[in-house]
This record gives sequence, structure tokens and C-alpha cells, in this order.
Amino acid sequence: MIMTTQANSSARRKVSLPAAPTLPFTHHPGSALSVEHFSLAEITHLLHRAHVLERENPLMRANRLARRRLGLLFYEASTRTRTSFELAAKGLGIDTTLVSNLSSSIEKGESLKDTGLTLKAIGVEAIILRHNSSGAPWLLEQFTGLPVLNAGDGWHQHPSQALLDLRTLLGHVSPRHFTGDAELTAETLKGYTLTIVGDILHSRVARSNMLLLPRLGAEVVLTGPPELLPEIAVTMGRDLKSGGIRIERNFETALEKSDALIMLRVQTERLAGLDLDLEEYKKNYQLTEERLAKYAPKALVLHPGPIIRGLELTSAVADGENSCILEQVHNGLPIRMALVERAYAALDALEMPTLFGQENRR
Amino acid sequence: MKTILIHGGRLLDPAAGVDAAKDLLLKDGRVAEIAGPGKIKNTGDAEVIDAKGLVVTPGLVDIHVHFREPGQAHKETIASGSAAAAAGGFTAVAMMPNTAPVNDSPEITRGMQAAERGARVRVFPIGAATRGVKGEAINDYAALKAAGVVAVSDDGLPILKESTMREALASAARHGLTVIQHAEDTNMTAGGSMNAGPVAFRLGLRGMPAEAESQLVERDIRLVGELNDLRPHYHVAHTSTAAAIVAIRKARRNGMRVTCEVAPHHFLLTDEHVAEFNTNAKMCPPLRSAADRDAIVEALMDGVVDSIATDHAPHAAHEKEVEFERAPNGITGLETSLGLSLEWLHHQWKLPLGRVLSLMSAQPAALLNLKGRGTLAVGSFADVLIFDPNAEWKYDAAKTLSKSRNTPFDGWTMRGKVHWTISEGKVAFKAEA
Ligand SMILES: [Zn+2]
Repeated sequence: MIMTTQANSSARRKVSLPAAPTLPFTHHPGSALSVEHFSLAEITHLLHRAHVLERENPLMRANRLARRRLGLLFYEASTRTRTSFELAAKGLGIDTTLVSNLSSSIEKGESLKDTGLTLKAIGVEAIILRHNSSGAPWLLEQFTGLPVLNAGDGWHQHPSQALLDLRTLLGHVSPRHFTGDAELTAETLKGYTLTIVGDILHSRVARSNMLLLPRLGAEVVLTGPPELLPEIAVTMGRDLKSGGIRIERNFETALEKSDALIMLRVQTERLAGLDLDLEEYKKNYQLTEERLAKYAPKALVLHPGPIIRGLELTSAVADGENSCILEQVHNGLPIRMALVERAYAALDALEMPTLFGQENRR
Repeated sequence: MKTILIHGGRLLDPAAGVDAAKDLLLKDGRVAEIAGPGKIKNTGDAEVIDAKGLVVTPGLVDIHVHFREPGQAHKETIASGSAAAAAGGFTAVAMMPNTAPVNDSPEITRGMQAAERGARVRVFPIGAATRGVKGEAINDYAALKAAGVVAVSDDGLPILKESTMREALASAARHGLTVIQHAEDTNMTAGGSMNAGPVAFRLGLRGMPAEAESQLVERDIRLVGELNDLRPHYHVAHTSTAAAIVAIRKARRNGMRVTCEVAPHHFLLTDEHVAEFNTNAKMCPPLRSAADRDAIVEALMDGVVDSIATDHAPHAAHEKEVEFERAPNGITGLETSLGLSLEWLHHQWKLPLGRVLSLMSAQPAALLNLKGRGTLAVGSFADVLIFDPNAEWKYDAAKTLSKSRNTPFDGWTMRGKVHWTISEGKVAFKAEA
């Protein structure tokens, strides 16, 4: 790579740069670390598998991965993601074990690497990780060599959430894509505008959707106050080949163009150091029935949960007919079954099948 | 001590203005004689080093290293760190005071220089600028200097408080010492683990803004101006931002004694190299934007930068094998500094060899007033590096002489192979044949 440097001196010279790293690690093919790692073809397949597994006879389904082992490693409180992954795994017949930071050796100071290696030694073949530190799933994958499914890392990524959000949107927009019968392309969501509202800065849900939806042609609009939505957020869209990412500070202007909304929780625990007035926030960014009816009567309303009624949205909106919030929860389970199935399929493809099942597995 | 005769080499001594085929005789730890090829006769007892095809130059000087002794011998000791220094071509290093305990007393300063430490090359302690590096009360610089410190710094931490910095600059000036600032306004960087910018946003990591460095440098330069009568010497450690370079350039144009160093990782890498949470690309100041990096390269080329320094900061593997935000700052650098500087500054970007060597030896030696070092003029210390400037090799961190391997340069192509490092007349490193 050759580029010209510009500085204060009059001299301009050609300076070649050491190449930026091209992904130094090879990821486990069964891992789900970031939505960036999934091709559109893979996502189409996942949607298809989610559809098939959802409709399958539960007794048949429970034979698919009977008595395989999976670890749920949770360093943060979580209700829907944890139960959703747990039921998804159990639905496929998997034995799961839950390790949380509040009732384990993690409390005694054990490192993530050692906890991961311990789970592996117990016979766990894949790990679902929720962690408050961005990048933790990369570390866990690197040191265990196991497929790791990222159930949310810091402010960074939450791929299963973005995939279930996509499934939810497609259920309303395009049934053939919802079932995975039609291939996803860079045109699938062309002309579709999705607005993410609120605390973009601290949101892994926002980042995951920003990395996924524009690849299907969607326009992602971000709205929120500067404290929670810094200008730099638009740089997430600078290398896009389709779709776009832009900021619109005025919520009502953003609403007028929106086909769907993702309302983010106001994470009051993160506001401590910020100069943010909650009343002012509600005045400018709360989704009320009146606002919805006036500016975006047809828009779908999504929320990753947990919702705080009366803060980012009113109770009437949460329970109203635009709301897809419970539908999202419902869609999460089949998507996570498909992700878990994919992890074990990758494991099996990597190793010779044994006659005696799991006892011979590493 | 054996007498050493180096013959057949090309003597390149930028400080003395020499670049010619010369033989050297090293005796009693000093350069005893320099003469044309074959002109020095071996009286019989000298060890003869054949330097044919090699460059003979003053041993390298690194004014910014962290050898974790006392206190954290599992990361590095003075013996292991100085062995890595010798392997990298260094004959003198200045050691930062953030050990445990902190080096804020003459006893610790003397302890670091004691023979029992087993230093392979010369180690010069830098004293803590403030008591316990707490940034409040300044230390007794006269006593520290008498014990051997060559500069004062709170490195690892900034001297943030304006009144403290003013006092440190004034007191250091009175005692002929340099104040080395780790320029980071920690009010702006709290919780940050990489450069603030698009990459940090994308990775969901709290950023450390470039202004945290440049604004403190600007503040300090204002203080240097206010203390102009005392002619304080202010030195910016590991300069990493374009804005800090602008401020330093301006101060120098105004005739102030303001100097700076840059580290190889800051002239080669950008925040993109953090890639997928590589903790060996985490240090403080962090890898910056491409624009910052370009400004650093430009400043090296046009002479605003006085020195290349590694900020060699060893950490054990288990300390780096943690979540990115929890990993300690710092990378090792002594064994890769010459190889990277020659490959990129000299071979790729065409900075003359003498300029590169000067940035790594004569200039840093002058900066900390290390008399008789950074040159091979007759009478100076017999600190010699003999190397092949063109040999290409790959760095293998597994073979390091340091106790730690936390480098982002593992497997990188280097240029310039060290054959001998001689420290005060003793062979400190010799390459395997
Ligand atoms: Zn420092």
C-alpha cells in the first residue's frame, strides 16, 4: 500500500505502510462472534433452519443433538437471552450447564481462560458467552478452540439479537425470506428504513444491527442526544457497499421516514458520568402513542428488552398493535436453535464421527 | 578485561562525522585507538573481531525502558532486560522509576546500579519526579542525581498538577536534570483502552482521545516558557499524536529546550492493528490514527524527533491473556527496535543509515547528557555495536532473552542483524554463528 503523508513541513513523501492485519486468527467455523462473520448465504440458511426446527415435532427434534454438552457462561445478568439459548439447546436434546459469575469460581478470581478450559475439560463442546467486556468471546475462542456463541459482549456485539431482529422484520416484509426460501441479497431490504433510537453509544444491539441491516440494502437512521449518540457512530457505515447509516437528531423527522424502529433501553446505570437530563430525554425521544400515530403510524416497534415502561416508550406503545416486542422474544428461540445446530454441525464436520458417541469426543 | 581489536569494518559514527573503513582498538573499557585498515598492530593479547562487511557504530541507547526490578521479577529483571537490550544492539538504557517500590530514593537508585543486579549493559536509573509517583510533592533531585539518576519522570503516570509540574521543571533545571513527561490527561482517558476513534467505536471500547496527550504537552510547553530564565529541559516520552508534534515543533522554533522521543510501534502501527482485541497491541499511549502515525513519520524524517525509544514494557503471558479492557498496557521492544527502524525508516523510507543510528544512539545519549556515549571517538566508552545493516531476518518472540513475549511484532521481517554488542569493552552479546 502506498500513500502520501501530509504534515506541516513542506515535504510530501511517499510512505509505504505495514499492511493492516488481515484477521490474524482463524475462527472456529461453528462460532458466532459477530454478524460480520456471516455471509448472506449463511444467514439465509440459518433462517431456513430456524423455520424448520421451529415447526418440527419436539420429540424428534430432541434427538438431533441428544446428550451433547454445552456450557452457558454468563458474566452479566440476563433473562431472555439466557433462557432463550438454554431452551434452544435443550430443545435439540443437549445437556446444558450454567456457570454465572455470581455463583462460581469466577467470583474467586478465576480467569476467563481458565474457566473456559475447565468447561472444556468437563466435556463441554460449545460455549454460549455473555460478558461485560467487549471482545471477551474472542479470547475464549482463542484459548479453548471451541465454538463460541456470543450472547453479548460489552458494548460490542450481540449477533443472535441482530439475527432475531432480522427474522422479525422479514416476517412482516417478506415471508419468503422469513422462511429462508428466498436468498438474501444486497437488495432484499432496499428502500427500507430502520431507525435506532436512544443510547447507541453503549449498545451492542445497535452495533450488531448497524453491521447487518445495511448489507441487505436497508438505510439505518440513528437518533438520540449527542451524549448517547456521538457523531463518530456514522463511521460504522463508511465501508458499506449497500444501504447506509446516518444520524438524524430530530426524533420526529426520523420517525417520518421510518418503516421500523428499534427502541433502546435507557441504561440508567450508564448515565452516572453523563450530563443527561432524563426528563429532557423523555421529552425528545420517548416513543408515545401520539408521536407514533402522527409520524409513523405503520412503523414496526422493536425493542431488545428489558423495556422500561414510561421511559424510552410508553406502556400503550409497548402493548400497542405496532409492537413486535414479544414477537422478537418468540423469534429468538428458533434462531438460537439454528445457531446451536450450526455449531455442532461444524464440530462434527471437523472430526471423524465415532461409533460410540460423545464419550470419545474431545 | 581483554583488549579487543575490531578490524575490517566500516566505522559509522555520526556524532564524530566519520563514515570510513577503520580499525578500532578497545582497551580498559575505552576506545584506545582508531586507524585505517590494518594500521593497528595486534601486540598479541588482543581478542580480534573480524568485522569485514559489517558496520561498526556506537552502541544503541534507549532512554525509555521498564525493567521490573525491584518488585515484579516475573515480568523482567535488570539482568534479563539488559540481556534483551544487548541482543538488540543496545549498550545503555535508561530505566523508568515505576518499579515496586517506586524509585524515589537514592537507596533504590543505587540498588538498581549494584553489581549484583547482573546488568549486561549499562543501566541508568531515572528517578521519580514526585514522591511515590503520586504527582504531588516533588522529590529531592539533588540527592537522586548524586545517586546516579539521569532524569526525573513519573512515567506510567503524568505529572498532571500544574503547580507540581512547574516545581519539577524548576528544580530539575537547577540540578541539570531533564523532566520526562508521560503526557496523558488522565481525566480524559479514564476507562479507555485504545485510541478514541472509529475503530474504538466499532469495537465497543472506551477511547483515549489524542487531545489527552496534546493538551498536556501544550500546558507543559507554556510552563517551560514561563520558566524561561531557568532554561528547563522538558522531554515528551512516547509522542504519539500529530497535535503534540505541532506543539513541540513550535516550541523548538521558539528556542525552548523541548525534546521528544517516538517508539517504533507509533511510527509503524495504527489503531487498526488492535484488530480483533489483540492485547499485544495495547499500550499507553495507544496506537493512534493513520493521520497521527503519518505525522510521527514526517517528524522523524524532518528532525523534530530527537530519539527513538522503545518503551520496553514486559508483562507475563497470563497478564496479557485476559479481556482487552483488563489487560495491562505495554509491549516489549528492545530486540525489535533496530530491525524495524532499519527495515522501515532506512530501507523502505530512505532515511540515511547515519540518521537512523543517530536517532538511536548519539541523540538520545546527548539528550540525557550521557558523557562519552553515543560516539566512538578516542577516549569515549567502548560501547560498540557491530552489525550487518542489510541482513534480513524474522523475529521469533519465543526466542527472546526478555522474560516476556508481549510483542505485536512476532514473525515480522526485520533488517539489520546484530553480530556483536560490546558494553564498556566487554562482549555483552554475540550472535550465534
Ligand atoms: Zn509512559
